[in-house]
Amino acid sequence: MPTPTSPPRLQLTAISKQYPGCLANDRIDLSIAPGEIRALLGENGAGKSTLMKIIYGVTQPSSGELRWHGEVMKMRDPAMARGLGIGMVFQHFSLFETLTVAENIALAMGTAAGTPKQLEPQIREVSQRYGMALEPSRLVHSLSIGERQRVEIVRCLMQDIKLLILDEPTSVLTPQEADELFVTLRRLAAEGCSILFISHKLGEVRALCQSATVLRGGRVSGHCVPAECSDLELARLMVGDAEGLESSYPKVSGGLPRLRVDDLSWHNPDPFGCSLSQIRLEVRSGEIVGIAGVAGNGQDELLALLSGETRLARGEQARVSLDGAPIAHLYPDARRTLGLAFVPAERLGHGAVPDLSLSDNALLTAFQQGLVSRGLVQRGKVRELADEIIRRFAVKTPNANAAARSLSGGNLQKFILGREILQNPKLLVAAHPTWGVDVGAAAAIHRALIALRDAGAAILVISEDLDELFQISDRIGALCSGKLSPLAATAHTEAVEVGRWMAGEFAPVAPSHSPAAAPAAAPL
Amino acid sequence: MLLSLEPRGEQSRPMLWLSPLLAAVLTLLSGSLLFALLGHDPLETLHTLLIAPLADWYGVSELLVKALPILLCALGLAVAYQARIWNIGAEGQLLLGALAGSAMALQLLDMDSRWALVWVVLAGTVAGAAWAGITAWLRTQFNANEILTSIMLNYIALNLLLFFVHGPLKDPAGFNFPESAMFGDASRLPLVSEDGRLHGGLYLALLALVAVWVLLQKSFLGFQIKVLGLDRRAAGFVGFREKRLVWFALLVSGALAGMAGVGEVAGPIGQLVPQVSPGYGYAAITVAFLGRLNPLGIVAASLLMALLYLGGENAQMTMNLPQAITQLFQGMMLFFLLACDVLILYRPRLKWKWAQRKALAEATT
Amino acid sequence: MDLDLLSNILYAMVRTGTPLLLVALGELICEKSGVLNLGQEGMMLFGAVIGFIVALATGNLWLGVLLAMAAGMLLSMLFAAVALGFNANQVATGLALTIFGVGLSTFVGAAWVGKPLSGFEPIAIPLLSEIPLIGRMLFAQDVLIYLSFALFALVAWVLLKSRIGLIIQAVGESPDAASAMGLPVLRVRTLAVLFGGAMAGLAGGYLSLAYTPMWAENMTAGRGWIALALVVFASWRVFRVLLGAYLFGLASILHLVAQGIGLSIPSNLLAMLPYVATIVVLVLLSRDAIKTRLYAPVSLGQPWQPGH
Repeated sequence: MPTPTSPPRLQLTAISKQYPGCLANDRIDLSIAPGEIRALLGENGAGKSTLMKIIYGVTQPSSGELRWHGEVMKMRDPAMARGLGIGMVFQHFSLFETLTVAENIALAMGTAAGTPKQLEPQIREVSQRYGMALEPSRLVHSLSIGERQRVEIVRCLMQDIKLLILDEPTSVLTPQEADELFVTLRRLAAEGCSILFISHKLGEVRALCQSATVLRGGRVSGHCVPAECSDLELARLMVGDAEGLESSYPKVSGGLPRLRVDDLSWHNPDPFGCSLSQIRLEVRSGEIVGIAGVAGNGQDELLALLSGETRLARGEQARVSLDGAPIAHLYPDARRTLGLAFVPAERLGHGAVPDLSLSDNALLTAFQQGLVSRGLVQRGKVRELADEIIRRFAVKTPNANAAARSLSGGNLQKFILGREILQNPKLLVAAHPTWGVDVGAAAAIHRALIALRDAGAAILVISEDLDELFQISDRIGALCSGKLSPLAATAHTEAVEVGRWMAGEFAPVAPSHSPAAAPAAAPL
Repeated sequence: MLLSLEPRGEQSRPMLWLSPLLAAVLTLLSGSLLFALLGHDPLETLHTLLIAPLADWYGVSELLVKALPILLCALGLAVAYQARIWNIGAEGQLLLGALAGSAMALQLLDMDSRWALVWVVLAGTVAGAAWAGITAWLRTQFNANEILTSIMLNYIALNLLLFFVHGPLKDPAGFNFPESAMFGDASRLPLVSEDGRLHGGLYLALLALVAVWVLLQKSFLGFQIKVLGLDRRAAGFVGFREKRLVWFALLVSGALAGMAGVGEVAGPIGQLVPQVSPGYGYAAITVAFLGRLNPLGIVAASLLMALLYLGGENAQMTMNLPQAITQLFQGMMLFFLLACDVLILYRPRLKWKWAQRKALAEATT
Repeated sequence: MDLDLLSNILYAMVRTGTPLLLVALGELICEKSGVLNLGQEGMMLFGAVIGFIVALATGNLWLGVLLAMAAGMLLSMLFAAVALGFNANQVATGLALTIFGVGLSTFVGAAWVGKPLSGFEPIAIPLLSEIPLIGRMLFAQDVLIYLSFALFALVAWVLLKSRIGLIIQAVGESPDAASAMGLPVLRVRTLAVLFGGAMAGLAGGYLSLAYTPMWAENMTAGRGWIALALVVFASWRVFRVLLGAYLFGLASILHLVAQGIGLSIPSNLLAMLPYVATIVVLVLLSRDAIKTRLYAPVSLGQPWQPGH
């Protein structure tokens, strides 16, 4: 279909977007031909999201030109973008959980497309043609994450699609599911649809995309053909010459068991939530255990049971133990006195109170470290602690009075991690420690975790980022539908295998009580 | 769009305290406009409303008399609101305090010792706390929305008070008027000075002020309350006991409102009547917000509110204006405050439509 | 209890339940779109006083109804400006609206207290109103009650069958997603708030023009608040709003029942009943926190501004 003389499907010239106090996009050029799969690569905060929103009409550029099939356009709103044949799959899905699949699709398509009922046959037809089974009358909240992504994609395919934009689509998929998605995308491209694939994972970009545009700090730092570039070259384009790109840490095997989770089953009263069944886990002093898994497979529930936000009845108190002492019935503060520290997944609104100062946020978890006397807060000591965290962990902030919300993600994460580490924990549980953090801060956080490990603490890291887990953890496992796979030494495990565990392909846990002394061989 | 808002990124500290002042000024301006529309001279009306009542010591003492119950209620509400427990029930808690205090005082009509007053105040305070305790119980045990339960309890409290004042507590020698017998002298709050009606409730209020200030500004308990209010998940994450804090906040809130109620019947009124409170408990909501939930701010705001009550009465007497201006001003002030608070987090930018269009046109060409 | 008494009770139940139904339908739409407006009581009162004054001054009841609705809408505009435009806390703004509405209505209505007005009279529909038991209840009411039936049908249709209903629900569940999809979140919410205001004004007008044709301070007696509880009771489902409104209506006329069976209870204690009933219902319905969360619009009460 595409002829050499035809203009590109989409062409951006010198697009800039100025937000108060920040230039999110700085004279960006990008073009994409019919049938082309182009990657848009970049770190968090490189300006990818803003650019996408401009293309999709969610926001307007401050300056620059957008051409569609050679014609200058002003993309007023998403409806106009959709009318032209532009579809977008968001990273955080823009689906309504209380509505059915068909209602969701009908809402996006406008009045002319018909009522949800009228759309059902067409939805079935499209989803079958592209190999993405979907039942139109199901409520979205009953769908898995992967299925929800299908709804988003099918929603785009229902119209005459010319350009499909996907924002980090594989971050919520197992490696196998991602491969299936690539098959669908290649097929679409073969039919002439252009695809803009936004990612920061180099491997999949190389596997899927013919061309790539790399953004750094709001500017285009280069165009390339991914298949012809090494990982290091691509990474340099993304982050410049930042430190820590290639760090690898020595793997260790740990000492005595610290945390033991023994046949932990927990029924989730929330029908949308995930229940846990027979979790068995051991974290030894001086090692990092990593747990992979796609979001929503029981991570939040397990974390809450470990932190003490969810507690078990006294009769079940030994399901979780720290250094042999049962803790499953204890409140978080009691667990902290025993030596547990915790870095939750959400920094703002969970790990730190957005509207409180850093001082107050230091007090938040460290109040048992002599900061309160006779019921009164010892302001001076709190301030000293906060200043020490800021200094030792190189947190960039004017001072300890700054509100937590005013810090960047990476800086706040360093503060939270520092706050926990300075309490000398015996066990640190960290969820998604580097999520949404720039490379420099991520490297600093990794180094801090390794240092804590080498000082003898037991560390449990739960993350969706498989690369990160392979980098820092000594043993690794995966959660799927509330069940935990066996743990294996990271050094002797392949990503593909963990990928299979993430999809639930592991043998059910044997009902024995022998502690897993040696890394178990992977069941195949 | 005429006005566009630009996020500041961080709270503006000066605006935090300028906003209530701005709200007060805007209320006075709109009030003047209203008076002008009604055919009154705005300046004269404002004088009647805000200045004339304070012409002498008697006026000042009356101001304090009215400020005491508002201050007590608002201090309690501040504790609850810091925890984002929306207790709207100060009025009912106040009425219950008045009712229980009166019941106690009527039991102790013949008692001469100073203990009578202690018992009366204690009865009122405990009753107020207990009434708020119902809301706490419903909230912690059954997850029932405290806004709705506390407001329902206001209506129930009012009817309960009316029932008692028309029935069991009616003065048998009172010619069937719906009011109780006058309390014994030992059950009355002593006067602070010979002239005026300012009574010993002043000391109770000062005590409460210091206690709430220490609680909210200095204590770890206050810190827990604030964390609970700002971020429930973070509070759970570190193991603050939500239910206990909810109970505590509501009990303190109710106790102070109950104290305000008993202070009224044992102070200026001296007996139980149907109109114990001209809406002090509701006024305290505005006062708590206007004072930024800060004890010292609340002192200033409750004085202003008391002045509005006093001025409302004065305006009714001298200018025949409905006394409801007090409430009208309360509502206006709260509205303006909330509107002005936008300036704490946002910077306003005035833009004319054509200017915006022009900018857009430039951006696209 | 004979059939006649029962028929009377049903008749009175609908009359008493109607103002609750009207307010609750408006608040339902409002909450479905994610906005919690606690100002119902204030809007009702302002509607009631304006409706009454206009009807008395012009002699035109329908003009009174119309301006009662306009009055409710006017106040809801204030709410929309502050809570949606300026992103203020919705709970506080709603409270402010109620305090303001109470004050404003008392102020405006001071000269009109106790004046007589001949309000809307019941219109019995021939034949249908003769049906035993339910005839009077459904077919011998005043015209505003017939209007409330129609409005109920309209709201039910909008929420359950129409695309507008889908949009309202989408905006109430996730304003971010709705906005990314190109739905005008703030416009939808503003319109929902205005609709709520009109319904509250109408409910106030019903009180002062039909139910008890007169004006008295605070004549709504907490109905605006009860209606808010009613929406929770109904788990945000429209048919349950209807059921709940009439059940509450029944609770408020229990003194009729009490008289009917010859009980004498002091009127002040009986007057507590609807409020006690509200609390009991709230307790029964909210006990299961997870269930409440399932039905409540996800973004209810949370401020939202178009993103950056």
